[in-house]
Amino acid sequence: MKTFTPGGIHPSENKLTRDAKIENMPIPALLTVPVAQHLGKPAKALVAMRDTVKKGQVIAEADGFISAPVHAPTSGTIKSIKNHPHPSGQYVKAISITSDGNNEWAEGLNVEPEDFRSLTREDVISRVKDAGIVGMGGAGFPTHVKLQPPSGKRIDTIILNGAECEPFLTSDHRLMLEHPKEVLVGLEIMASVFEQPVKIYVGIESNKMNAVEIMKEHAPESIKVEALKTKYPEGSEKQLINALTGRWLLEGQLPFDVGCVVQNIATAYAVYEAVCKKKPLIERVFTVSGMEIAKKKNVRAALGTLVTDIMEYCGGLESDNINQFICGGPMMGRAQFTFDIPITKTTSGLLFINNKELDNLRERPCLRCGKCIEACPQGQRPWVLADKAQKKHAQELPSYGLNQCMECGSCAFVCPSKREIVHWIKYSKAVNANIRQREALKKEAQKKDS
Amino acid sequence: MATVELKVSYPPYNRSKDSIERIMYTVALALAPATLASIYYFGLRALWLNVVAIGSCMFFEWLVNKIRRVQATAWDGSALVTGMLVAMNVPSDLPFWMTALGSFVAIVVAKQLFGGLGFNIFNPALVARVFLLISFPAAMTSWPKPFSVDMETGASPLGILKTEGVAAVANMDLWAAFAGNMQGSIGETSALLLLLGGVVLLIKRYITWHIPLSFILTMFLFTGLFFLIDSDKYASPYFHMVTGGLMLGAIFMATDMVTSPLSKRGQIVFGVGCGLLTGVIRLFGSFPEGVSFAILIMNAFVPLLDRWDLASRGRHGEGGAS
Repeated sequence: MKTFTPGGIHPSENKLTRDAKIENMPIPALLTVPVAQHLGKPAKALVAMRDTVKKGQVIAEADGFISAPVHAPTSGTIKSIKNHPHPSGQYVKAISITSDGNNEWAEGLNVEPEDFRSLTREDVISRVKDAGIVGMGGAGFPTHVKLQPPSGKRIDTIILNGAECEPFLTSDHRLMLEHPKEVLVGLEIMASVFEQPVKIYVGIESNKMNAVEIMKEHAPESIKVEALKTKYPEGSEKQLINALTGRWLLEGQLPFDVGCVVQNIATAYAVYEAVCKKKPLIERVFTVSGMEIAKKKNVRAALGTLVTDIMEYCGGLESDNINQFICGGPMMGRAQFTFDIPITKTTSGLLFINNKELDNLRERPCLRCGKCIEACPQGQRPWVLADKAQKKHAQELPSYGLNQCMECGSCAFVCPSKREIVHWIKYSKAVNANIRQREALKKEAQKKDS
Repeated sequence: MATVELKVSYPPYNRSKDSIERIMYTVALALAPATLASIYYFGLRALWLNVVAIGSCMFFEWLVNKIRRVQATAWDGSALVTGMLVAMNVPSDLPFWMTALGSFVAIVVAKQLFGGLGFNIFNPALVARVFLLISFPAAMTSWPKPFSVDMETGASPLGILKTEGVAAVANMDLWAAFAGNMQGSIGETSALLLLLGGVVLLIKRYITWHIPLSFILTMFLFTGLFFLIDSDKYASPYFHMVTGGLMLGAIFMATDMVTSPLSKRGQIVFGVGCGLLTGVIRLFGSFPEGVSFAILIMNAFVPLLDRWDLASRGRHGEGGAS
């Protein structure tokens, strides 16, 4: 079975919700929609307090090329526009909407499905852009930007990421099982955007063979559905490209540099809805899991739904034993300090756990065992990154492969000394970003003087 | 709902069950069959030697931690393993006080003075062995015969080879030596049980095949080459496989995580270097056994091998830092 080299780990899969059908959560009374749900500049709010909005109406516009608009997930009144806790751990400006109960769509949206082949390439891209679609696997990169690579970059392969390698998460799996046709049409739409014919792959981990079967059944001849070895991080963009095409991204390269475009399952589904039904991105499917939530489900909810409402929908907490609430998966997600955060375009899962390892997390000396090197899927040397960062030599690390690291957590997973390698890498990246910023400011000041 | 306390910690929120304790105690378990065999071959004296070596190692670890006022590490398993290895590197009738002195050198000098676990450059048990060998050559080179009631001692097969030449060891029963029925230090005897322990560690992925295989294979080829050149002067490579500390050294001492290279390519160079040095010392040096010296010399190269790895490119062309 195809897989990526080198490295990778096999954490326990914990796919507790793999057989749980997607449940549509009713829209709650209050929605809190952040203006920053994507990579790039946050959107600019277009509405003011006490404005009435219809479902799908643009409430914040994109700011620049690498940005995306934000829409009202339901009809109602704007209650407030202020900073609110965000899954990133920071306070981000969010637009709160009180639902009026009518769930009324704005004019011209949510139409009967049209055939995308009747649209021009420019129409397709503008529908994707206007719908505010971003990479829903977690990165949140605006999709319309991804579909317009810089001139000179020839795309010959488009890959649909059905790997879902994080433990616990099953939302992409269920989307493939329950809506294979829509997902595949979304993929075809994205492939049609490129002038020259492209090879189309769907990569799915082998722990989801029923999804492989269903996708193969519904896929036309032009789409190759491949089962990949279940290994973390199979769903990482670079690793997926390596597994399916054998190509490798060197430092600083992006997928279009090797002729590839990778998109997530949920993104493809959203593209289908946007292009064929003129439906903006206002809801998504995510997994609610972990031992400490009463009912573990795959939920489709409106963006801006607060986690406190979702917890109620899922039967509340199992007990008082919960000590961590994670937004995302256990490997690359983020532990939250409050339940008072909204669902965003990039929320793939909510985990309620009793992490027993927290008592054992004291950093011990590096044993130089080399397990981190074995595990690193980017072929880097995590030990030296953590080592030099702790000795305050973080500025040397770019030449030791710091920027090749995608913070997948494989190294910290295997380390017997429980060293916080991912933290030291994030810290070093911040130190180096600071240095670059100061250099840039210095250069600008020098230019002004001269 | 009662208020719950959410803890914020660094990702990943899911770690492997491995820990320093697990690794060390598994290594101790892998060494246990050979230790038990030594008690079988050399009697209760070997048992007391192990007790003294392990006990004094753990004592010195505790003492230095107290003096340095750092986290107590006497029970993390590393002192236990060092103690077992110190015992394995000496004759079973070595005076207890010499053994305790060896433990002192291993734990205090070779390990704690460098900063403790993870910071030492040289393998502590080997530093202890070489220290004892140089300080007490007579006591350290008279080896009790297995099963002898009144501690009949003599030279080990390698010792006989060095002083009397190939003819004197030509008819040695190699299978007996492989199983452990041979004069030598406690750990040198049962190659079979050491291999078994090595397999356990390989399955658990605490060691990989790179160092043991390159070490043993290089030794085999080196001694085999000279055996082919002149079989009257040089013993057969099979003889060299089962005598002396080769199995103990290649499987348990050279693979010590702290003192061996981090990268696979560095580990292979390390193993080849150990094999060559052992061969040269055994065949052309004055000492009958070279494993300890070879490993210690290669330990000194490890920082360089790690730097070489940092500068090398990976299989996809990645890496290549300064």
